[in-house]
Amino acid sequence: MSKVIKIDINSKQGLLDFLEHLLSNNEISGVMSLRKINENGICDYGLITEVDDLKSIEPFAPVMPVNASHILSSITPAKKPIIAIIKPCELRGFVERVKRKQGSMKNIITVSYTCGGVLPLNTFQSDDNEKIVSEYFETIKGTDTPENVRPVCKACEHFIPMTADITISVFGNKDFNSKSCLMMNTEQAIKLSKSYKCEIVEKKMDDKLMDEILKKRKAGKEKLYKEIAITKDGLDEFVDIFGKCIGCHGCSRVCPICYCTLCDFESSNYDYKVDLIENELSQKDGLRLPPDTIFFQLGRLNHMSFSCIGCGQCEDVCPAGIPVSSIFKKVGESTAELFDYIPGKDVEEIIPVMMIKEQEFPEVGE
Amino acid sequence: MEKEFTPRITSFVCKWCTYTGADLAGIGRLQYPTSIIAMRVLCSSRIDPVFILKSYLKGADGILIGGCHPGDCHYETGNYYTRRRFMILKSIFDSLGLKSDRLRLSWISASEGGKFARVANEFTEKIKKIGPSDTKRNMFL
Repeated sequence: MSKVIKIDINSKQGLLDFLEHLLSNNEISGVMSLRKINENGICDYGLITEVDDLKSIEPFAPVMPVNASHILSSITPAKKPIIAIIKPCELRGFVERVKRKQGSMKNIITVSYTCGGVLPLNTFQSDDNEKIVSEYFETIKGTDTPENVRPVCKACEHFIPMTADITISVFGNKDFNSKSCLMMNTEQAIKLSKSYKCEIVEKKMDDKLMDEILKKRKAGKEKLYKEIAITKDGLDEFVDIFGKCIGCHGCSRVCPICYCTLCDFESSNYDYKVDLIENELSQKDGLRLPPDTIFFQLGRLNHMSFSCIGCGQCEDVCPAGIPVSSIFKKVGESTAELFDYIPGKDVEEIIPVMMIKEQEFPEVGE
Repeated sequence: MEKEFTPRITSFVCKWCTYTGADLAGIGRLQYPTSIIAMRVLCSSRIDPVFILKSYLKGADGILIGGCHPGDCHYETGNYYTRRRFMILKSIFDSLGLKSDRLRLSWISASEGGKFARVANEFTEKIKKIGPSDTKRNMFL
């Protein structure tokens, strides 16, 4: 049970009203949210500090120009409270970054919502943006995930924000366009809302509805994993998938977990000098150039797969069309399962490779 | 006559336990195959999984990691980290359809020369059964 603010206007306007009140009363210093930047509906993230500029925000736009956890890292620790309106996976990404000391939860009030999925950037930024977005919102009034969202979104089971201070029901919410409900989950959020005059009720999320969505998403996940399944044992199929990689490292640039400014794989440690190439050619018939693209993918899986939140950003940017995110999500689930770890669930948890347990995996070591 | 396949097994061994154990196997004149190419590291936790991947992709038929028994690490907790990283690597191999049988982690203490020879023999036999690694010839790696 959590305290819920009820406002009798549509969800976006309700949230806007609440934010305007907080901003004009100096309860918060800024709002970080998606906002419209031109008539075509193109959105990007912005930090808004003026009440007048708030009107441009599009808090529920189904697009992820950049994973917001990147931005949150750069604007935290904040001196004054900031409200950040982000998607559940971006919130999980931020939690993972905080665990890695790449950001702070201090003075950040997170607002998140039940997410129906994110449209790939190309789809969202196309000419008939308006039509696509309105269709999207029409579909997510029910329990079906729209067909044109990112492949991993169709398989996402964590569409309910895990650690958000304020939760808004969007996916599966029939009253999205008539009422707004802001669920205050934490003390911090309740304290903020004290000065806001409104109707406050005790309410719970509709479990039955969420279960129904979860069931559909689970089926979606099975379907996705079947599509990308590696059926043959051995290297061949694996090379088929990752052989397309052009080595741009774009996937790690946009990844919310890969925070290293100088990635190990981009350092000179892995440079191929002429000697090395000649040495290799003496043992093999040929060498793929640029070399080490598969090595990079495997190495990255090792470094971050257990924290993969499956946001789909990497797949979105891949110029070679490799289903990076789907594979990372699948592998990540198997590695995180070893340690019963759910990335982004709890900010107090320690990432699996940074902690140990004396009694585990007794089968190893023979 | 076809030449018999001799595997090349890259072994990363911990200085304090397994390397000394391997020495002891030598002193005790225990026989183990020449397929084991030992590399001494200061602690098994020094082994970045990336080392293992690199040797796998460059054509090693098997990779053996040797460390102190849990609780006996010279640096107290190093091998616990190794164990976690090894399990992550193994599960990545499994889910991508690569043969995780080519990887092995063994706890061999300084006094277990016999165990080192046994592990070396067993692992070589196993790799012989699996056959040479595909990575050796594949030019797309």
